Formats: sequence, C-alpha cells, structure tokens
Amino acid sequence: MATQENLKISELPEIPDPGPDEIIGPGHNYATVTERIGGIVYTPWKRWPGKWWIGAAIAFGFVNLLMLAMYVLFFRGIGTWGVNIPIGWGFAIINFVWWIGIGHAGTLISAILFLLRQDWRTSINRFSEAMTLFAVACAGMFPILHLGRPWLAYWLFPYPNSMWLWPQPRSPLEWDVFAVSTYGTVSLVFWYIGLIPDLASIRDSAPHLWQQRIYGILCLGWRGSAIHWHRYQKAYLLLAGLSTPLVLSVHTIVSFDFAISIIPGWHTTIFPPYFVAGAIYSGFAMVLTLIIPLRSWYNMRDLITLRHIDAAAKFMLGTGLIVAYGYAMEAFFAWYSGDKYESFMYWNRITGPYAVTWWLLILCNIALPQSLWSRRVRHNIGLVWVLSLVVNIGMWLERFEIVVTSLHRDFVPSSWGIYIPTKWDWATYTGTLGFFMFLIFLFVRMLPSISIFEVREVVHHLRHPREAYQEKQ
Amino acid sequence: MKHSLIPLESLVEPVKKQATDLQALREKLAAGRGPAFWRTLDEAAESEELREYVEQEFPGLSGQIPQGVDRRSLLKVMAASLAMAGAAACTKQPKELIVPYVRQPENIIPGLPLFYATAMPTAGYARGVLVESHLNRPTKVEGNPDHPASLGSTTIFEQGSVLNLYDPDRAEIVMREGSISNWPTFTGEFSTAAQGIVSRKGEGLAILSGATTSPTLINQMSTLLAQNPGAKWYIHEPSVNPAIRSAAKKIAGKNAFVAYDFSQADVIVSLESDFLNNGPAALAYARQYAKRRAIDNGETPVRLYAIESCPTVSGSIADHRFPVKSSAIPAIAYQLAKACSVAAPDAGTPAPDWLNAVAQDLQNSKGKCVVVPGEFQPESVHLAAWALNSALGNVGKTVRLLDGVEPDNTHTLEELTTDLNNGRIEMLLILGGNPVYTAPASLNFTTAIRKARLVIHLSQFSDETSLWSHWHVPEAHYLETWSDSRAFDGTTTIQQPLIAPLYENKSAHEVLSILLGKPDQSSHDIVKGYWQDQLKGANFEAVWKTSLHDGWIAGIAANSINAGGAVTLPPLQQPAISDLEVVFRPDPTIGDGAWSNNGWLQELPKPQSKMTWDNTVSISPKDAQRLNVTIGDMLKVTVNGRTTVGPAWILPGHVEGSVTVYFGYGRTASGRVGNNIGYNAYAIQDASTPWYAAGSISKTGEHYRLANVQETQTMAGRNPVRATELAEYRKTPNFPTAEEPPLDKATSLYPEWPYEGHKWGMTIDLNVCTGCSACIIACQAENNIAVVGKDQVARGRHMHWIRVDRYYAGNDIDDPEIYNQPVPCMHCEQAPCEVVCPVAATVHSNEGLNEMVYNRCVGTRYCSNNCPYKVRRFNFYLYSDWNTQSLYGARNPDVTVRTRGVMEKCSYCVQRIQEVKIQADKENRPIRDGEIQTACQQVCPTQAITFGDLNLKGSKVAQQQALPRNYGLLDDLNTRPRTKYLGFVRNSNEALSGNTRKS
Repeated sequence: MATQENLKISELPEIPDPGPDEIIGPGHNYATVTERIGGIVYTPWKRWPGKWWIGAAIAFGFVNLLMLAMYVLFFRGIGTWGVNIPIGWGFAIINFVWWIGIGHAGTLISAILFLLRQDWRTSINRFSEAMTLFAVACAGMFPILHLGRPWLAYWLFPYPNSMWLWPQPRSPLEWDVFAVSTYGTVSLVFWYIGLIPDLASIRDSAPHLWQQRIYGILCLGWRGSAIHWHRYQKAYLLLAGLSTPLVLSVHTIVSFDFAISIIPGWHTTIFPPYFVAGAIYSGFAMVLTLIIPLRSWYNMRDLITLRHIDAAAKFMLGTGLIVAYGYAMEAFFAWYSGDKYESFMYWNRITGPYAVTWWLLILCNIALPQSLWSRRVRHNIGLVWVLSLVVNIGMWLERFEIVVTSLHRDFVPSSWGIYIPTKWDWATYTGTLGFFMFLIFLFVRMLPSISIFEVREVVHHLRHPREAYQEKQ
Repeated sequence: MKHSLIPLESLVEPVKKQATDLQALREKLAAGRGPAFWRTLDEAAESEELREYVEQEFPGLSGQIPQGVDRRSLLKVMAASLAMAGAAACTKQPKELIVPYVRQPENIIPGLPLFYATAMPTAGYARGVLVESHLNRPTKVEGNPDHPASLGSTTIFEQGSVLNLYDPDRAEIVMREGSISNWPTFTGEFSTAAQGIVSRKGEGLAILSGATTSPTLINQMSTLLAQNPGAKWYIHEPSVNPAIRSAAKKIAGKNAFVAYDFSQADVIVSLESDFLNNGPAALAYARQYAKRRAIDNGETPVRLYAIESCPTVSGSIADHRFPVKSSAIPAIAYQLAKACSVAAPDAGTPAPDWLNAVAQDLQNSKGKCVVVPGEFQPESVHLAAWALNSALGNVGKTVRLLDGVEPDNTHTLEELTTDLNNGRIEMLLILGGNPVYTAPASLNFTTAIRKARLVIHLSQFSDETSLWSHWHVPEAHYLETWSDSRAFDGTTTIQQPLIAPLYENKSAHEVLSILLGKPDQSSHDIVKGYWQDQLKGANFEAVWKTSLHDGWIAGIAANSINAGGAVTLPPLQQPAISDLEVVFRPDPTIGDGAWSNNGWLQELPKPQSKMTWDNTVSISPKDAQRLNVTIGDMLKVTVNGRTTVGPAWILPGHVEGSVTVYFGYGRTASGRVGNNIGYNAYAIQDASTPWYAAGSISKTGEHYRLANVQETQTMAGRNPVRATELAEYRKTPNFPTAEEPPLDKATSLYPEWPYEGHKWGMTIDLNVCTGCSACIIACQAENNIAVVGKDQVARGRHMHWIRVDRYYAGNDIDDPEIYNQPVPCMHCEQAPCEVVCPVAATVHSNEGLNEMVYNRCVGTRYCSNNCPYKVRRFNFYLYSDWNTQSLYGARNPDVTVRTRGVMEKCSYCVQRIQEVKIQADKENRPIRDGEIQTACQQVCPTQAITFGDLNLKGSKVAQQQALPRNYGLLDDLNTRPRTKYLGFVRNSNEALSGNTRKS
C-alpha cells in the first residue's frame, strides 16, 4: 500500500476495528503508523478539535478547584476536612491508595507483559505508563496534604541534620515514603526511556523548527543507529526487570499502612496480595476507561483493537476474582478467629451506618464484573466502558470501607464516631481527578500516546512472522 | 492666647478662598524664591489661606513659621503639641519609680510557682483553695487539704474560675447608662445619692445580693441597716432552695445548717439529693462516702439508695436507684417515715413495694444510716428526713445540726419585686448576681426594676441586669480582692487576692463602704479592720498572717446545736403531679448561668448526658417513645402558659412522666462564649413552684444539632467497665480478670525493658468514681488545653486529655446501671502509637511515659488511629487562642501551648513529675510516695485516682495494682497499659433482688 505522505490525521480514512483477533488493523505500514500516531502531536493547536478544548477546559477547571482546596487547606488547616478523632484518616488516604492502585496497571502492562512478550501490550503500554505517572503524581500529593503541618513533610526523608534526628524506621508511613518515591522515579524513567525513539521520530517529521528543536532535545540525540537500538533494548529490559517487583511491592507496602496497625479491619495478613490484586483490578479499569474514548476520538480503532479491550477485560475479571477471594477471607476470618472486635467490625460493615457503601462495593466489585465472563459483554465496547467505571467506583468504595468503617468503631465504644466528608474533601478529590485528566489531555497532544516504534515492530513481525517467532524464542 | 479651637464659623461657612495668582507664582518660582517642594499651589504661593489655616490649627504659631514653612519646625511643634495634648487629657499620674531587684524578694524565683491559700465562695459558702501563682499571676486552683469543705479537692467551678479572671469579656470600667465613666465619678454621685437616703434613715434603699457568709460583709450590712432602719437587704441565690434553710431553722429553732457525716454511715437514702456533687459540703461528703466504699480489706461498704427523677452524679454511683417523680418525693418521704414508725401525715398514695425493704435496711442500721433530703425538695421533705434521722438515732452520729453561717432575717426576691412594684424603692443596689436573667419569669422582674429611680449593679460581667441599671460597677474576681467567707461548718477563711484587679474592679465591701460614708476605704482595710476588731487581744498580726497562710482562722467554727423537740410534719402541700412534671435544675456545668461565658465549663461534657455547649430537655426513654421524640428534636415546654423551646435529650434512668430543664442558658448578654446558646429555663419558672411544676411538652417539628462527646452509650459487648455484686466479689475477688485475663507476657519475642529507675503508673478506682468530671477540667487548666467550640465538638474534635466515659448497662433502658470511667492516656508499655509515627514524635521514656514531642509532630494522625483507647487529640485547626492577650495570663508556663496540626495527649502531668524530681534531686533524697500528684488526681473529690512509682515498694499505686480487682483496659491487646482500673462492686440489698439490676 502506498504511503499517504500528505494525509492529515483527520483525513485518514476511517478504519474499522479489525476485531478481537487482531492487535492492529489491516493495511498498516511503518509510515501510516507514524502518521496515525505522530500526526496527533504535530497537528497545529489551531486545528485541535473543539472536543479537546472543552474537555481540557473542564479538567483545568477542576485543577483550579484543587488549587483552591489546597489554599484553604494550607491557610486554615486540616480541620476543613471531615477527619476527626477516631477517624483520623479520611478521603486523603482513601484517594492516595486509590490513585496508587490505578498506577499499577500501567507498570504491569509495560513491565510484566513486556517480559512475558505479550505483543498486544504495545498499543496501550505508552498510554498506561503515562496514566501510571499521572496517577502517582495525584497519589503523591495526598500524603503531604493530609499532614497536620504539611510544610514539614520533608522530615519524613532521612536527610542529614545537626540534631542527628532520623525518621522512625518502624513506621509503615516511612516505608511508604520510599516505596512511593521509588515507584514514581522508576515509572518516570521507564516511561521516558520508552519515549526516546518516538521523540526522535517526531523530531524528524515535525513541521516546525521549534518543534524539531524541543523534541530534538528531549530525544537525547537519538539517531536510530544499531548501537542505539542495542543499548536501548538492554536498558528497557533492565528497567522492565526493575519495575516488575515494584508492581508487587508498592501496594504491598501501602497495605502495610493498615496491616501493621492493631485496628480490627486493618490488622490482616491477607492485605498485601489482596491490595496488589485490587490495584491491578482498578488499574485495568482505569486503562479501559481512558482508552475506549481515546481510540474512538482519535480514530485509532485499528491500533487499539477489540483484542486489547478483550484482554484488559479478562485481566479485570481475573484480578476481580482475587479481590473477591480477599473479601471472602476477611469475612471468614472475622467469624473463624472468634475475635469479638474483628467480628463486630465485619458485622458493622454490613449492617452499620456505612452499610450502603459496603453493599455498593459488593455490587460494583464482585457482582457486576462477573458479566465479563461472557464474550458478548467483553466485545460490547460501551458495556465494557461502563463496567470499567463501575469497577473504578467499586475500588474507591473498597478503600473507603477499609479506612473509614474500620476506624469509626474500633475498641472502646465511648469513642466511636462518624465520618462525613466535607465539601473540601470532595473538592480535593475531584480536583485530583481534574488534574489527572488535564495531564492526560496534554499528554495526547504533546507526546505520542501509542508507542510508534513498537507498533511498527508489530507491523514488521506481522509481515515476517518467522522473525517474530525467533525473537520470542 | 486668642483661641484654641477652630472658630465655628470656619466650619459652617466655607473659607473664603482667593484664587491663586498663577502668574505671580510662576514668576516667583522662576526667580528661585519659592519653596523647592510644595504640595499645593496655595502652599507654593505662600498664600494667606495657608497662614490662616496654620493660625487656626496651631494658634500663635504662624508667626514663628518663617516664610517658606520650615517643615522640620512645623513637625517638631506638631509632635510636641500632640504629646502635650495626650498628657493633658489624662489625670496626673503619680510619680512611679521602677526599681530593679537589688536583692530578690524572698520566695520569688522565676519559674517556680508559689501557692497562696484563699477561698472561693459558691452560693456564699467557702471552699478553701490553694492558688498556684507564677510570678504573681494565678494560673491554677487546687483544693486546700486543710480546709474542711475542700480537703484538697475542688469542684469543676473552682477549676474554671481562673478562666473567668482572664475572661476578655469581663467588665473593665464603670459604666453610666451605657457610657464610660469612672470610679471617682461614681463614688461622688453615689455618695450624693446616698446622703439623701441616709437622711431618710434608709427609706427607699434596697440592697440585693447573692447568698453570703462573709463576716465582713454581714457586719457592714448590719451596720448599714442599723444606721438606716428603713433599708432592706434582699437575698436571691437562683440555684439554692430556701427550703433548706427554713427547714433547718424550724428544726433548730434558729439559723442552722444540717450537716452529715457519711464516714459513719452503713446505709444512705437519698431523697433526690446530689449530696456528692452539690451543696456547700459536697466535697467533704464525697470524701467520706468514698472512704465508706472501701472494700479491699474485707470491709462491708456503705449502701446508697438514690430515689430521684433525673439521674444525678450521686445517683449514678448508687447501689439502688429508684426513678421517682420529683413531685412524688414528698409522699415517698412520708411513706418512708411511716415505714420507719415515724408519725407522718397521710401520703395519699400507697408506698411502692421497694420502700419497705429500704425502710427495713434503715432500721437495721440505726445510728449508722442517713436519710438525705434533696436540695430542691420542699421543706416537708427536709423535715421528714430530719424526723427519720432522729427516729433512727442518727442525730449526733451521722447527722449534726450546726449554727448557721448565713445572715438571718433577710428578704427574698419576691419581696423585692413587690416592694419595687409598690414604688417603695428609690435606690436599688445589686451586689453581684444577675436578677434580670435569673428571676423566675412569674415575677416580671424586668418590669419591677424599672420602678427604681436609681439602680446600681456590681457584677463581673456587663450582663442582662447591667443593661437595666443606671450604673454598672465591674466587680472584682475573688482572686483579685480581699474578702472573707465561711464554710458550712463555720470555718472562716480570709480571702487574699492573688493579683491586683486587672481593671477598675471593686468589691462589694468597697461599694458598701461608700454607703457607710467611707468612700476611700480599700477592701484590704475593710476586711483587716473588721478582723482587728474581732480578734482583739491576741497578737493580731501573727494571727492574721497565720490565717492567711493556712487559709482559715484557727479557733472559729460553728457550734453544734442540740435540737429541741421533735419536728411535726406538715400535711402534704400538693400531691405528686399526675400529668407531666417539669423539673428545674441548675445546669451541671454552667450552674445558674453565672459560668455561661466560661469556655472550659461550656465544653465540659455534662456528667450524665455528655452534652456540651447546650442545655437540653432531659426526657425519659418511655416518654420519648410515646411522643415519638428523638435526640435533638425541639420540644416546646409549657408551664403555666409560659413556653420555652429546647432540644430533647433522651436520658436513660430518667423517670417517666417528667422532663428536666436546666438553667444557665439562653443568655443574651453573657459574652462571646455564652451568648445565644441553649434555651432559657427561667422563662418558664414560676416563683411559687420553682423546682418542679406541672407542665406539658410538644414537638415543634424542628431538629437541633447537638454536640455530644459520646455517641455510643452502651459497652457494646466489650467490658471496659467491669462490675460485680458484693457477694460475687467476696467469692471471686479477681472478678475483672477472671473471665478476661490479660495476655500472657511471654508472648513477646523481645526481652522486657527492665525499668530500673522510676516506673510511673496510675490506678483509677471505678468503685468510687462519681463521674463528676472535675478531673477533666483540672487537666484542662493544668495543661493549657484549648477550647474548640460547639461545631468542632460536634465533629468529634474535642481536646480533653482525660475523658469520663459513661456507660449504661443492664436490661432495662428505663432504669439502667450507670457506670463512669475516666480514661486518660494508658501509657502502654507496648504502645501501638509509638511504632507507627514516621518521625518519632511520640516516644517512650525510660520511666515508662509515653511522651509526645509537639515540635517534632508533623500530624499524620496515624498514632491516634492506632491507639485502641482513642485518647489522643489533634489540633485540626489552630485551637489555642494565640491572639487574645488577656488569656495569656491563664496559661501554665510549664506546659507548651500547642499549635495547629499537632497531636497531643495526657502526659501524666510530666511537668509535675519533673518538678518533684528536680526538688528531690536538690534535696538529695528519693521521691516520696504521693509527692507527685497529677492534676486529675489532685482534684478528685473521692480520690479515685492514684498516681505513683510502681517500682517504689509499698507505694499506694503499686499496692492498688496488686489488688485482685485491678485490671487493664483492653489488656488482651498486649498493650500493657500503665493506667489500671479497679473494678466496680455493687452492694445490693438482697431483699430487693427482684429490683436488683442485673450485673
């Protein structure tokens, strides 16, 4: 097929979804891939679609809401939130765990699936990694915002000081500092390294000099030589290896924030695996929530195909079952342990003042996603999208359950309380959602949201299946 | 001098303004003769207007100003004239030299507090106190251990009184009809007005005061009344029932006081008396009662029957509680009298079946029992109680009749109202009190007070009454002035001031002295002069100094009276109210309203309801069910056609068919704290039936947000309080740990920390804790704990380091068992809070204290989440008032004032530990047992709290922790709390086993 050099993205013929067996639509060659993906980046801003502007503006509005909420928080204090004694942690920690969890799918897709040579990951890994990064950025805000004295957050880092005062290493919050900062750093480096060849592609075909210069600087002098590619492959492999344990460790450590404590409902050994599964569960839900509109709006149904959606939905189903197992074990041990606090805690979750959230959680995280067993449901894009939202909500509710219902009625009945989030809690939460979306909006315009060179590799492999086979060996 | 003010015409008529001659100016400037800088063209032109203006503003100056206006001289003169103007506006200051210490005064060491003995009168009666003074700044009140009405403890009000001293809303200056005046002007005008009165032998003079026992004041008043026979002294004490005194007078035949000695009692029957918490002798009674509840050495404890409508502090610790309508108590008293073979008129209704068992128990312990009449019960109940006590042989043993210390032959507020309405009163002098607010609505006192030609009001706050007075004189706080007062048993204290009046505050003595024709006498001279007359002969200066030092004058006490003949009980005045009865009570923490602007007392949870910042309408669960009322529903309470609307509080244990309303709220001129909160119960009070009345309630349909500190009322299947029956206890003395043993110490992988030096620990004896909440407020005063306000309390953010949990148990919500449990920090040896702090802001000391490092805390709140006792408190906002200057004085300089975003909690009063450690170190001796007292321990009226060194052999705390009924809260969690509890043992009457509540 002839390359269509002068075609703009909007002028590219609409290519239908090639179906659940293909990871790329028919007829693609290297140039069309570059054009299709890179074209979005060098579309001049005057020709960015109205939908983008509206979406970005709404998201930016929420960014401003976040700023306002942070201003109020810093100026007046943590009292603007609904937290109290006994419920010392509220939305901040719920959102922190939720966002961190969302990030996990990105790392899983880019690292573990890379090591497992799942070639369908190529179309969605870049995007998922960006999602990871932005989610970690959102998550990272909360532990600082939720401090009583956020301006002293640096005391959590082991910096040398004249008093020889170090952080207290037995605290899981201290482990969090290292887990999350490592995760953020590795995710950023991994994402950036993966971007380098594509940045070079964009540099090469960018229409304006300034674009060429910016992308030229960003691509660190990539020329595509065999040595470059060799080094690149090694580095990427190493980083994938580094990231892989992080998929498991970060949420394990986050779960220690709860599991190390003595609060009924927190003090549970099942938390680490259950948190990791939950993280991937919510992460794939978020991937689906984002890529389904993306492939439609940017006319990339032939790059992100039903095959991808089907695989992500299966992941959701699988991890969702692990999460369900976690719930079942929690309930079982609440009964089997004979511990009055534990069993009361579970009974209180089901029947107490927050029972509605518990039943909603079961509906969202366990009941509804079971429909994904059906191939017809998995292939119904709209339904999958709705289900992904349902799972996102469900996983948020799960963190709400863990944080709030465990704390609000613990040991001494006289000190039981109720947590009611305030408008500033909601403002901060929706603000980070806006911040996340705004970054996604910028990302799809500024950087290739699908890995160009990796898709070209797929095109190559499809043409030369023997080579692909050998590579896999 | 021509004129010193701007002439009026210049203000009325526009100044004639000549047009500036621009041409001339231009020429002048060009010639270089003009000023180099000029503001207006007029100035540049050196116009006549400017000169005129300067002449007007600074007369005689214009001539001195050289042409071209020398700015520097102008400013110099302006500054000088301003300074002179300032100086001239004030009265001439006396020459006051400040001199540095050449030699430091004896005893004053910065950083070390001094304690001075004085007394705080409550409803006239003294409770001896020791006041902690840091560099002459009173910060904390403790009880005077040598004073019989204190014995080292105080109530919540003495603790809260420090805050009143520094209250930024206190009246500061003499006001005349709302305008600022001053004391000399007042003295002048008042003397003039008084001369007229004196010339008519006092005709038309009314003096209204609260109850008083001050010998000096009584002496001043009697002198005044002797000089002015036409004058009248009226006494109004809003939350004191005059029937107590009138009954005592009938019994003794003269001014008397009925006192009890519970230390000899085996059986106590309370006819709706809150004797452990209310009244001039409450602290003494609480101490006696606590002693009689000792059980650990095989003693048989006292048995208390509480017959009451609304659960009181005393009722909550009773062995049997019988909910009975307040209006039915007189009948019960007569029935009890009859059952004990005392002649009594017909009670009308048959006695309840439990009464015979109570009567039997009384008769079994003749000479060793007490029947205590309720403080708010009519005279008949007091007489019946006396008749019972004397028939049971208690008089002279557990019941004593003492000479009264209050003035006799005074008049009441009702009489004052009548006299005012009849136009008989020209001048009304109100010495303390707030009658416009506290007068029962039926008196229409606001209308009456307007009939007086001159109303002078002396009070600490410019309140509702001040608004209706011509003059308001700021009253001195008891820590600011000299006075004297007497305890219930006649012990007399000379109140010495701890600080000079902060503002233009005057005492009642000083105001009365004006009427006595000696306007210049100070309180000191008046009080000292009086005692100089009284203590003639002896070395007065020595006695005076000793008395000030000790807090009481040796050798002065009330005589015991041998009662005359038996009292005859009057027929019952009114039968029990069959419909709804409305019971009126002073608020448990705000009293009659005098404490309403005190943030500490407002935020102090009320002992039974655990409510803060509001008064409620207490209603029984059954009535609530019948009327479909939930907590917080607004109820319209109607008595004799007058209504008030307040939020409902369903109070388990409250008798059916009765609601209790509380005074002290609904104030409009209280201050920034007490204004416009709660409802006004005085608005429905009838002077003829002041303490209970027939009434009705109805729902308004509105709902009100209440700030309660304890949402869950029951123990929810856990056993934070462990209680048993006496018989059970004798069988299983270790009942608290028999069923729920603490976790075996051997479960830890790590070696034990040896705790070789001190090992601090605390025990709290639930068997004597009445839940009076004095510990909470003592802790607040000692540790600079912030007040957070109603909204924050409602959000679960109150800051008390020690709380008193109140649990209901048993099967009957209408008559539950009530338990009180003070909970400070447990100082766990394996503290869950410590491991989870990422910045090591909460750490363990080698003496076992769980310490909080405020300046290291970043505020993750993880420690609080992980605290199973939830004793940690967080500064969600900047709760401490860093801006109000007057409050700085109230702070304890030994304790950090916390900032925003920081966790805090009970420290076992570490500052007190350190102080004693340093002292012992200096004296090169070990710390003695009991030398360190935590604030909560020191204040506790029943001495339920013990603190000390567990490593010290024979220390009281170590002994108590070795008792079988010692247990740790949640000690199955392996936290190893250092604060332990001693289980509650109920001494039920087996004859009432049908009525005995299940334990």
